[in-house]
Amino acid sequence: MDQPQDPARLYQDAVIAHNRAPRNFRKIQPCTHRADGHNPFCGDEVQLYLRITDERVEEAGFQGESCAIATASASMLTTVVQGRTLSETRELIAAMKALMADAAAAERLPETAAELRVLAAVHRYPGRIQCAGLPWDTLDQALSASGSTNTDAEPSVRVGR
Amino acid sequence: MSSVNPLQHEAGRGLDIQAIRRQFPVLAQTVNGNPLVYLDNGASAQKPEAVIDAELRCYREYYANIHRGVHSLSQRATTEFEAVRGKVRTLLNAPSEKEIVFTRGTTESINLVAYSFVEPRLQAGDEILITAMEHHSNIVPWQILCERTGAKLVVVPISDAGEFSLDDVESRLTPRTRIVSLLQVSNALGTVNPVREVARLAHARDIPVLVDGAQSAPHMPVDVQELDCDFFAFSAHKLYGPSGVGVLWGRQELLQAMPPWQGGGDMIRTVSFEKTEFAEPPARFEAGTPNIAGVIGLGAAVDWFLALDPAAVAAHEADLLAYASEQVGGIPGVQLIGNAEKRAGALSFIMTDAHPHDIGTILDGYGVAVRAGHHCAEPVMRRYGIPATARASFAVYNTRQEVDRLVAAIHKVRELFGG
Repeated sequence: MDQPQDPARLYQDAVIAHNRAPRNFRKIQPCTHRADGHNPFCGDEVQLYLRITDERVEEAGFQGESCAIATASASMLTTVVQGRTLSETRELIAAMKALMADAAAAERLPETAAELRVLAAVHRYPGRIQCAGLPWDTLDQALSASGSTNTDAEPSVRVGR
Repeated sequence: MSSVNPLQHEAGRGLDIQAIRRQFPVLAQTVNGNPLVYLDNGASAQKPEAVIDAELRCYREYYANIHRGVHSLSQRATTEFEAVRGKVRTLLNAPSEKEIVFTRGTTESINLVAYSFVEPRLQAGDEILITAMEHHSNIVPWQILCERTGAKLVVVPISDAGEFSLDDVESRLTPRTRIVSLLQVSNALGTVNPVREVARLAHARDIPVLVDGAQSAPHMPVDVQELDCDFFAFSAHKLYGPSGVGVLWGRQELLQAMPPWQGGGDMIRTVSFEKTEFAEPPARFEAGTPNIAGVIGLGAAVDWFLALDPAAVAAHEADLLAYASEQVGGIPGVQLIGNAEKRAGALSFIMTDAHPHDIGTILDGYGVAVRAGHHCAEPVMRRYGIPATARASFAVYNTRQEVDRLVAAIHKVRELFGG
């Protein structure tokens, strides 16, 4: 049976707020790491920029055009990774990937990144999991692109079908 | 079908939509706590009991492989299967049922024409003409052919309203044009194209015309002789029939001259290791065991649709589309994409504050099913500089009350995202 549900649950205040006024919605120049994420299924585009010095994320920003879920996820990402070490950031990526696979993994997120837990609501809408995951896949790509300082290089990640 | 049609009111009063709705089991359900409003018919239509029963009956009563057995079941299955050609002939007003080829769908029908009819005639530098509003299925097969042969894909541009001009078609018809392939109704914009006029221009230069009828056959009377096209493709699943079945209609003399596309059983006359003689069309293009029950389901869908009267269906859907355009288009912050003078089937829109995917998810929460995305027409989205649209697409069972539900749900999107 279908359970009546409040369609706004995925679109909680935090998601709406981040979508309406995305944090760090800017190109970081110069940046040390960047990647482009694209979801061909829905057309979401996220460009992620990072300035990393001494194994620490000094600054993170993003641009692009995407749905509220991807935009909010990217906006939260930039605020949450700022100041984290590379290994902390990688743990966060792993935790978010786990969250995309299983809503219960929200518990694995550290308290300092607790705001990301609202994204677990995408599991009510399996078609939207990719939207929430896109910025994190893009971050993963940016970090694995061997710390290129060449800002013209555009490693890209495609998710979806 | 009996001569008294239970799905129509007294003469002149149009279709009895509530009676029609009762024939669709899937419509009588709630989704997320709300009665389902199914407005994703452009992607695929729901199935009436007549279609479901026909497939079920095939499997329960007489299923066997066709064209093979001397036994009774095989003979009955063959008879039922072959009878569908006659039904489709009637649907399209085709001259002969020998011109009806069963495929897996519109996409396969187009590919069949591409590989069997066009490719053998294609030289480097030749041209294939399509329009800027085509579905990927009428772009990609041609691109692959061009890649293989050095031919060129030429595209007729479209206006902001979502229309092309016949002048723009004519100026692109050259001595090198080998085929014109275009959709009759745009799945993304709803535009109804003047395919008959395009065929006239093309035929004046002896250029054949393929019409992609995936979005026209379910929404209006189709007469391939009146359209004067050379090939016509459509899918069963958008016409209230099963998925995995489609039709290619082609002029007999063209089909006769075409080599087989796929080889296998059923498409041969005789086979030896030295030489194989191919069967006549349509069998020549139907290698292997087809979707037997699916084709029989298509036959039931065609019977059902013709009993409604396609002109009455078109009139009802035209009313819905006009009403929806006015109601949805009147919501602040909503912009309709595609504003052609003649439209059918679909209403595409975007909202200032909400991405189409968010619109789709929120509408679903209110039980309203629409499609959000590029509708397999990325070049159309690029033409308008947008990543995607939300699309409400109609079928004969939809009502004005359902349009009202759509409008109310769009207002909820505005409340959530607006301001």
